[in-house]
Amino acid sequence: MNTDELYQEILLQHSRRPRNHGPLENPTHRADGHNALCGDELSVELRIVDDQLEAVRFQASACAICTASGSLMTGAVTGLKTHEATALAGDFRKLASTGEVAPAIESLTALRALGAVHRFPQRVKCATLAWETFSAAIREGAVAQG
Amino acid sequence: MLNAAALSEKNSKLASMADVERWRREFPFLDGDNPAAYLDNGASTQKPRAVIERMRQFAGHEYANVHRGIHELSERSTAVYEGSRERARKFFNAATAESIVFTRGTTEAVNLVAFAWGGQNVKSGDTILLTEMEHHSNMVPWQQLAARTGATIKYVPVLENGAGLDLDAARTLLAERPRIFAFTHISNTMAVENPVKDLCLLARENGVTTLIDAAQSAAHIPVDVQEIGCDFLACSAHKMCGPTGIGVLYGRHEILAQMPPWQFGGEMVDRVEFTGAKFRPPPARFEAGTPAIIESAGLHAALDFVDSVGLESIAAHSSALAEYAAEKLRALPGVRVFGPSGERAHLVTFAVEGVHAHDLAFFCNDRRVAIRAGHHCAQPLMRKLGAPASARASFHFYNTPAESDRLVDAIAEAIRFFNP
Repeated sequence: MNTDELYQEILLQHSRRPRNHGPLENPTHRADGHNALCGDELSVELRIVDDQLEAVRFQASACAICTASGSLMTGAVTGLKTHEATALAGDFRKLASTGEVAPAIESLTALRALGAVHRFPQRVKCATLAWETFSAAIREGAVAQG
Repeated sequence: MLNAAALSEKNSKLASMADVERWRREFPFLDGDNPAAYLDNGASTQKPRAVIERMRQFAGHEYANVHRGIHELSERSTAVYEGSRERARKFFNAATAESIVFTRGTTEAVNLVAFAWGGQNVKSGDTILLTEMEHHSNMVPWQQLAARTGATIKYVPVLENGAGLDLDAARTLLAERPRIFAFTHISNTMAVENPVKDLCLLARENGVTTLIDAAQSAAHIPVDVQEIGCDFLACSAHKMCGPTGIGVLYGRHEILAQMPPWQFGGEMVDRVEFTGAKFRPPPARFEAGTPAIIESAGLHAALDFVDSVGLESIAAHSSALAEYAAEKLRALPGVRVFGPSGERAHLVTFAVEGVHAHDLAFFCNDRRVAIRAGHHCAQPLMRKLGAPASARASFHFYNTPAESDRLVDAIAEAIRFFNP
């Protein structure tokens, strides 16, 4: 059934108890994202030091897929250089929209579970929202440091 | 608690199952053994055979452009188009057919008034009065008008949990003599039917022009513009068992006659020179270009069909189903139902603690129950009520108590799935 195909146990665990959920102290970058179709709202906060993602947190009032994706994303990008994380975001976008698994995400089993959304066109945005917001935070979300 | 069978026995508002079965047979959508439970009538209604067939017949055998050809087909097509206008006049009990302007739908009708009437009558410093329960389409056009003119928008607040409009506040705000009071007849989220007649009377006493958004009420409950006493009323055919692409703006003829056109082109001109043009009187003045002719034939058939079912029956049956669903949903763990606690119009909006509306709608869809999820084009209100996303089931005369049960069962299952 569709329900089981989409909501795999690993994703339900992440949506019920998302990792890195809540505000980040002293963020250097932040961005807000929303999905007008269904009302998902999400924000991402980053602390980037020497081009490295030292800390990544998100806050969501969103569906299970969006919340799980945010949780998995924070785990996948923390510690990466920004250009590595940006490349991973591109790989993830491809995974969510086509199901295609890029080499960089082959070993990320939980993240790959989100590849099922490509069979549900209306849910693709749920899975990509956290990554899009994350990319926007890096690109144009520098927080003025006081 | 009631089950579906007992409800049919007990609830006098509910139509007999024999009637409902007879109505259901008119909808190709419901053919087959296991049709989906379509509970998204607030977004758009299904189309009966009579409408589909009428449009097919008209497009295939009677079609030509209107108001221009000298040939017989054009004359007949014009008669059909103007016949639909007369049918709409009768349906809403307007005084004259010239009060009925065909638009693309409710949204275009509101935009027409905001541009044509608003541009002429709203000035810097004026107030436009809306309510917090308006659909975006009866909010954003006014916000834009306010931005263009320097007018201010005020909102009549909703009561706690969206249980109704704060009528005391409405009285106070109307006494401040806003230029226009634009408000919904039935809220598309809160299932509230506003006391439109009283509000229009109050507005008239204060010299305030009124516009009613009848998108959710037209073809769901009886709507009589003379009894209501409004200046404008807007609705969409596609929410009335009719086709997309056509809607009605009713305007009191004295007001329409004073309004300038808002779109320009063929159909709406009386005489054109290289240096300028003179415009025809309403309703033609507001119908630039070739109108939705085939759709007008569909609208005519839809109004005949709706009247044959009976507006009183439609109102009673769909509201009984919504009340039944609301009662059962309230009994589930963590469910919050918005709107009034007792009598409600044909829909129920609800949120489940710990389960996002998008997941609920997906889950329901998997069990062949079609509901709406999201903000329902009422973002400011849903934010105020603390539920940026919610689910909505909206009923019509072709829905059954068993379909409502399928919804409630799916929601109960979703709660167990997501909140084990």
